Order: sequence, then C-alpha cells, then structure tokens
Amino acid sequence: MNKVHISIDGISLYVPENYTILQAAKEVNITIPTLCFLKDVNEIGCCRMCVVEVKGSKALQAACVHPVREGMEVFTHTPKVMEARKVNLELILSNHDAMCQTCTRSWMDCELQTLANKLSVDTVRFTGDKKRQPLDIGVSIVRDPNKCILCRRCIGACKNIQTVAVIDTMNRGFDTVVGSAFGLKLDETPCTNCGQCINVCPVAALHEKNDTDRVWEAINDPTKHVVVQTAPAVRVALGEEFYMNIGESVTGKMVTALRMLGFDKVFDTDTGADLTIMEEGAELIDRIRGGGKLPLITSCSPGWIKFCEHNFPDMLDNLSSCKSPHQMFGAVLKTYYAQKEGINPDDIVTVSIMPCTAKKFEAKRPEMEVDGRSDVDIVLTTRELGKMIYDVGIDFPSLGDSDFDNPFGEASGAGAIFGTTGGVMEAALRTVADILNDSSADNFEYEEVRGLEGIKVATIEIADLKVRAAVAHGLGNARKLMEAIEAGEEFHFVEIMACPGGCINGGGQPLQLSDIRNWVDVKAERAKNLYKEDRKMFIRKSHNNPAVKKLYKEFLGMAGGKQAHKLLHTHYAPRKNYED
Amino acid sequence: MTQNCAGCADFQEKSGQLSKIIAKYKDTQGALIPVLHEAQELFGYLPLEVQRQIAQELDIPLAEVYGVVSFYTQFSINPKGKYQINVCMGTACYVKGASEILDKFRTRLSIDVGECTDDQKFSLDACRCIGACGLAPVVTINDEVYGKLTADEVDDILDKYEDR
Repeated sequence: MNKVHISIDGISLYVPENYTILQAAKEVNITIPTLCFLKDVNEIGCCRMCVVEVKGSKALQAACVHPVREGMEVFTHTPKVMEARKVNLELILSNHDAMCQTCTRSWMDCELQTLANKLSVDTVRFTGDKKRQPLDIGVSIVRDPNKCILCRRCIGACKNIQTVAVIDTMNRGFDTVVGSAFGLKLDETPCTNCGQCINVCPVAALHEKNDTDRVWEAINDPTKHVVVQTAPAVRVALGEEFYMNIGESVTGKMVTALRMLGFDKVFDTDTGADLTIMEEGAELIDRIRGGGKLPLITSCSPGWIKFCEHNFPDMLDNLSSCKSPHQMFGAVLKTYYAQKEGINPDDIVTVSIMPCTAKKFEAKRPEMEVDGRSDVDIVLTTRELGKMIYDVGIDFPSLGDSDFDNPFGEASGAGAIFGTTGGVMEAALRTVADILNDSSADNFEYEEVRGLEGIKVATIEIADLKVRAAVAHGLGNARKLMEAIEAGEEFHFVEIMACPGGCINGGGQPLQLSDIRNWVDVKAERAKNLYKEDRKMFIRKSHNNPAVKKLYKEFLGMAGGKQAHKLLHTHYAPRKNYED
Repeated sequence: MTQNCAGCADFQEKSGQLSKIIAKYKDTQGALIPVLHEAQELFGYLPLEVQRQIAQELDIPLAEVYGVVSFYTQFSINPKGKYQINVCMGTACYVKGASEILDKFRTRLSIDVGECTDDQKFSLDACRCIGACGLAPVVTINDEVYGKLTADEVDDILDKYEDR
C-alpha cells in the first residue's frame, strides 16, 4: 500500500493512501465525533457531525468519507468546525423526541446523548416540527419514528449487509421517516426479524419487543414452574451490559444471576444444541447415504429460515427439518423433564435467553408446539436479561459462579461453539466423523470452517466420504451462496446464520457504540471467547454428552426416530413478498 | 394491504405494457425515474401492484421504489380524479393566501391533499411553484389556469365542473 504525508492539527504523519481523514486522525489519538458513520455498514457522510477543515477546500469536509491525499493539511477543532458540529447537532435535536427519562437507550448507551455531551450542547436554540408518529410494534421489533434521527444506519444494515431491504427513507422534509413501502408494518413485509437494524441504531428508534413483564409475571406466580435456558452466545456478551470487557465469558455469573432473579431451574441451550447435532447429524448421514436432497442446509437461525421462505421457496426441502436448539430443548422440557420431575407440563413456563430477536417470532410459529403446548413460552434477548438484572440491583460483575441445574447439567463444547459462524458445521462434523469412522477422533478442530470470512468453503474427508461444506453468515452472503447453489455448485452440507458473525452478533446482543465498533471487531472478540469455552469443556462432542445419551435411552429412542421427529422436527412453507 | 388497484379492470393488459416500458430502460443507469413517469402516465397513478412489478423487474427493493415515489410530489399513490385540482404552494402564492384556498377545496370536497373524491370526479393536490407568480395565487384544474383567486370564488368554480 502506498503511503502519503499529511498533517492533522499541525502533527505530521505518514498514512496509507486509502485512509479516510477519520482513520488518519485516530493514528494521532484524535477521535473525530461521528454519528451516521458505522464502519462497513453506513459510510455516506450525511450527518455532518465529523466535519473538519481541509486547507484549500472552501467547504467543511466529512472526515468519515473524505480520503487523505499527499500534502493534505487538516484542522479538526477550529472555531468554524466546532460551531458547525454544534449547530448540526442542535438541528438534529430540534425535532427529536427527547423523552430521555423514559427512553430504553438512556440507561447506558445512547449515542445522541453521548454526542450532545461531547460537543457541550447545553441548549437547543431551534424548535423543529415535532410530528407525533405512531409506533410500529411487531412480534420481534419495535420502531419508534419519534426517536429516529435519520442517520440511515439501519437502512445500510438491512439493505446492503442483509439484502433484505424492507426499510428506506420515505417522504421528504419534516415528513421524512425511515419506514417500509406504503407505510406497512414490518410484520407485513419480508422482514426476517434479524434485528441487525437494532444493533446499529444509535438511539432508541429501533428496539426489541420487550417481554420482561411476562417473565416477571410468571416468576411471581407461585403455581408456575419457570425454567430458563441460555443460548451459547449470551455468555460471551452479557457482561458487556455491565461495562465488562467485550466478549468476556460470564457463564457462572449468569447462572447465579438467573437464580437470584427467581427462576426455578437454569438450563443450558447448549444441551439443545447437542440434541440438534444428534438429529442433524443423523439427517446428514441419511441424506448422503440414502440419496436424499442435498445440500442439507442448517435450520438453527430463524432469521435465515424466514429469509429462505421469502426468497428461496423452491429450496425449502434442502433445509434440515430440525427445530432450532432452544425449540428442541423447550419441547423436551415440557415432556421428558415434566414427566421425570412429576410436574404438570401446563404449569411449566419455558423462557429462552437468546442473542436473537428472530427467536421471538420463531417461538410464536404455530409449528413450534407439541400436543398444543408451545415449546418455548417467552423469549428474551441478552439485552432484556441485562436490564432485568440491572433493575433489581444485582451487582453482576461481583457475583460468584454457579453451575447449570441437573438433570441436564453441563453440555458439550460442540454446543458452545453453535454461537459463532462455522460452529454448527464444526459441531456436526465432530459427531458425524466419529459415527462414520466408528471411533473417537482426537483431532476434531476444523479450522477451515472458522473465522469471519463471508463465505467459507472446505472439503473434509471423513471415512470414505469427501464432504463438500460451505458456511455463510449475514444474509447478503447467504443470498450469494444460495444463488451459487441454484446455479449448480454442489455441496453436501451448508451452514447459514442470518447475522454477520453468527449469533454472537445477533440482533439481541448488547449494543456497542459506534465509537467502539468503528475500531474494534466486536464479533471476533466474542467468537474468540466461545472457542475458549469449548476448549475448557470436559466433553467436546455432542454425542458424548451424558445427559443427551440418557435422554435418548430413556425417552427419545433413536436419533431421527418417531418420537424424536414428533418433538424435535418441523416443516417450512413458502412466504409471499408484499402480496395482498 | 392499503392500496388496491381499484378501477384497474384492465390491469393485466396494462401490466404487459409496463413490462415493455421497464425493458426499454432496464439497462440504463437511473432507470427508475423515467419508468415511474411512464408508469404513472399509463395507470394514472402508482399503486402497490405497479410499484411491485417495477421493483421486481428492475431488481430494486420495493422500499426504495416507494421511497422515490413518496419523495417527489409529481408521483401519486392515489388515483386521480376526472378533474385534477392543483393548488400552487410556491412562495408567491403562499404569501398571497394559497393555504386558505387549499383549505376551502378541502372542506368543500371533504378530501385531503393527495386524495380523490369517492365518485372519482375531483382529486386535490398541492404543488410547488408552477412559474405563474404574476397571477398568484394560482390553481390549475386539468389544463385550465385560475389566477388571482380568492377563497370565495372556489365554490363557483367547482359548481361549474359539477355540472359538466
């Protein structure tokens, strides 16, 4: 990479020529304020919060998108710059619904508040046309146009990263809103509920549908037996809600906190993941040996499932019929567990703590019940759990560790890595390899399917088979991979997760401000710690999980058998796009 | 869904024509706006069915198509009446009392801006400067221009069209 000489506030530096002014300033320890800019998601320079003076340019320039060039002289805090930033921010605030006291983002992470503070905006001199707009309250996602500052980050995530493109800017002037075509509600569009829009929103214009009240109601009802399960990705992110390090593993503290909140039993969704591997592994072997439909495509990610139903309706037979891990586990809790503990299943309330907003939609799908009972009654995001813990005054970082409850106890390391892209594939390969080789392999870390490359392709030799595998994360990458498969590229096994990086970066995960996201790869930090979790585990393959073995022996029979199918499998149907 | 193509009995036939319009522009950059113009000419307005077809055949998200349609006042998602009333809201007309005239049309016809009467006879729009500031405030009904108008004259003008 060629480099250029520039100066920023009189400091000379030598930076790669593809740098923006924003990046170059960071090299000399100056963080230029940004609002609409979010690395890889929205790089359009529309909010003018990052303006700087460039010698020789008449107008102020947006540092986030303005490239450096040889000899450039930049000034980041002249009076002209400071005044322009302040006025811009005042104008944004002039028609913002500043009900901060009752706002879901104000307790820790509102970027607008942070910025107003940073720019010392102590008064707003203008009053804009504050039109009160109705909220769009969906099954998973809530949109509040009154909080929206039109930064367009959500549009970048929905349109460019996910290629779902159900939101855009509508109308003009003071009537401008980010919304869907014809003012439709998100639930009436092909929205996948992935929640990536929430993850990038700097304010509270987008958030999950809050279901914590329903959980408190269940906990406070003495006739209910409330059991909670936690997805793998939650444990490497929940700490961030309490200002702990990004990706820091807090499994033991999380279990302690859940007991303190009043849940009757605390289980690990990793157990459900181990079950999924038993079923999906059997399905893969069956399809390869029996000439079934290939590639087999994973079905753990409900955002991906809805995307497939809307966009690739002809390929639904390729999807694994397996329910996602928490749904499988929910079905087991209301049957096997209820029987074993002698509890009426109608008195059991199953709660799932998920890194995901799409799981709220998934749990409500009519297919997700057994004998008229929902597998999972309530889904909370990692953020909602964080807020429950915060609300009751539990000092989370100071908590001691606890273990998950029996009869399921600790799950396998294979279950833990389900939370990151490539993890489901690797977990399945560990089990499938042992079954096909009829032995226990010592080398079972499949590096070729790890990492954050958008689409990963590998050929893995197992027994007499050469398994062609592909892994995609983020729906834009999923679309590319699916189009390649439609065009004839052949695979045996394909893993798809709706969110970039997988569940660790799900739409329900703790929000990191753009000031952090622009410089640190949050996904990579969280993924790293999930792989560490795996290495710490005594059991690292799903089929060796003793609780799962016992479950099959006592209750389910064989993987892929009749009872397993009734409880653990589902089906899909094409969905229309904007039909009447 | 909100906007049905009511009164488009010949939707199928027109849809074929729309495909031809789209094909004509498909490979040019910025195809959307000329396609929308011709589509509006063909259908009279741009209901969901029409925008959906444009989105599919140009391979542009529907949300983006609707975003453009809702940005420009020339495009309409509501059907237009036999008589299309345009009240100029440009600066000159505005200061000469255009909003009172607009309000008068609104109450007399019981429709809001952008809407059409139930009998499909009148539609009402507010438009930007039409370049006839010397005649401010100005209203056009189809191709006829009414200048230096007062709110009191609105009833007489509408009666004339009611009788036609």
